[in-house]
Amino acid sequence: MHYGEDQQLTGSQASRITYTLESSLDSVNRVEQTAEQMAKKAGVDEDEVFRIAMAVREAAVNAVLHGNSYDPDKRITASFENTGDSLVIRIADQGKGLDPDTLPDPLAPENLLRGSGRGIFLIRSFMDEVHFKLLHPGTELTLIKHLGTAQTGS
Amino acid sequence: MSMKLNTRQVDGVTILDLSGRITLGEGSVQLRDAVRDLLAKGSKLILLNLADVNYIDSSGIGELVSAYTTVRNQGGELKLLNLTKKVHDLLQITKLYTVFDVKDDEASAIASYTRA
Repeated sequence: MHYGEDQQLTGSQASRITYTLESSLDSVNRVEQTAEQMAKKAGVDEDEVFRIAMAVREAAVNAVLHGNSYDPDKRITASFENTGDSLVIRIADQGKGLDPDTLPDPLAPENLLRGSGRGIFLIRSFMDEVHFKLLHPGTELTLIKHLGTAQTGS
Repeated sequence: MSMKLNTRQVDGVTILDLSGRITLGEGSVQLRDAVRDLLAKGSKLILLNLADVNYIDSSGIGELVSAYTTVRNQGGELKLLNLTKKVHDLLQITKLYTVFDVKDDEASAIASYTRA
């Protein structure tokens, strides 16, 4: 398996790690683990680490499964940045593009018993900000967790 | 990382003791296959013991829902036992907690099934 990795320091404290990964479940796990490590390092409490890692996992699953459809010729890009004020995670795919306004509400009674469709909802529930950007082709999700409220104070 | 699954029978109810993660590519398919196999064998009273499930993602939640509706559509009952706090919270925010019949005691869970 080949990973592209690019680490750059953008300030005395801020740093960004960027991975370019295959459209596979291994990539999803790697992205999730990186998010978990990043959140722990930032000093957020255990529950928030879980929420952040899960939101990032869901975004990676969306990119690999719904965006790139496991296409071996397509890649996902994941970048992780602690700006000092926030954790900013960007996950991009090379798929057809996702319009979040077209997604059915998973909490609507007629959708409650559906076997899928909860990923974006969970991402929005667990992060402070979620932004969608169409890339032509593909979609980039930006997930932001503000520090301060999430930190344990260490 | 993967899910482990053990099956036992108590008073006509099949208990699936699950442990680990129920996620896309890990426990989801195992859970689907296990429930399908039970239904094929005529076991329609199923209790999923989630005491040792420490992680579930949206795919795993979807699989629980699919298992629930599949069993119900075949005239059976699927209930959940011993949710961890994380799984409990996830079912709460997805409004599924009231959809499932959730139990926290095995004996009373077994007794609660409707026998033909």
